Amino acid sequence: MAEHISSPRFYVVIWLSLMVLTVVTVVAAQIDLGPFNTIVALTIASLKAVLVGLFFMHVKYAHERMIKPVIAAALFFLFLLLSLSMADYSTRLWS
Amino acid sequence: MSDSEVAVHNPALRHHFAEVEQQRNASSLGMWLFLVTEIMFFGGMFCAYLVYRTAHFGDFAAASSTLDLKLGAINTAVLILSSLTVVMAVWTAQTGKQKALVMYLLLTIVLGVAFLGIKGVEYAEKFENHHVPGPTFHFAGAIPGHPDHPADPRHAQIFFSLYFAMTGMHAVHMIIGIGLFAFLAFKAWRGAYTPAYFTPIENAGLYWHFVDIVWIYLFPLLYLIDRHK
Repeated sequence: MAEHISSPRFYVVIWLSLMVLTVVTVVAAQIDLGPFNTIVALTIASLKAVLVGLFFMHVKYAHERMIKPVIAAALFFLFLLLSLSMADYSTRLWS
Repeated sequence: MSDSEVAVHNPALRHHFAEVEQQRNASSLGMWLFLVTEIMFFGGMFCAYLVYRTAHFGDFAAASSTLDLKLGAINTAVLILSSLTVVMAVWTAQTGKQKALVMYLLLTIVLGVAFLGIKGVEYAEKFENHHVPGPTFHFAGAIPGHPDHPADPRHAQIFFSLYFAMTGMHAVHMIIGIGLFAFLAFKAWRGAYTPAYFTPIENAGLYWHFVDIVWIYLFPLLYLIDRHK
């Protein structure tokens, strides 16, 4: 079985990137970007989540082929939950 | 399967699996399916948060600005560091370093307890300031950027309800994770895990990283609303 083993140095680099992104998100929140404050905060959070997922949870090197489709399905249904709920609540005052 | 492979039969291989790789893939997929249910579980709360935040943005910003940004940021760093110790635990299991494995598992527990301790300090502050939803709830902040415009305490209460529901459920997951790692540390100390079999370490690691990702979203959503005003 060909198993991928990352080096501790690589993990430390990912950890440092996550720490830098945490500092960036706190600093960015102090600057007035208008509606983009939320977008920047969520983009940085998603970038961090992707780093954790791909390299700490080893999704990039997953030996089981169904893992990626399962994650994609979960994200799709989460998207449905959030987007359809918002489509409902944000249009209720239209009538 | 050749004779030489039969000769190195892995003692961890259960009889209903054809080979070790199949067994490992099955448990890995099972763990991910569990995490999918966890994504949808937290997703419901994130959805409620999204709906109310959109409806009462100013009041949410007023309530959010009372949270301790410094403690929230420190806790984010603590949790990210614990993710590093967890991934190092998996690495030491992969490479057969038993003592280091036990050490990294114990380190993860220490960081998890530190996170909960800091969270406890934050909760205590909420009780002192009557920011806990219920009959004694009191909120008198103004909407950020509009000092003459007081926030609606009822809407601020919704923010704090979501704050306690989300960080509370997250903390419950941390407590379960700490228990899990205590059990694994004991088993690892007894020598249960080898490079040929460390699936429980790997799966507990996936769980811990998932809990970390939930916090990665909770931190900006709860602590960083309209901080620039």
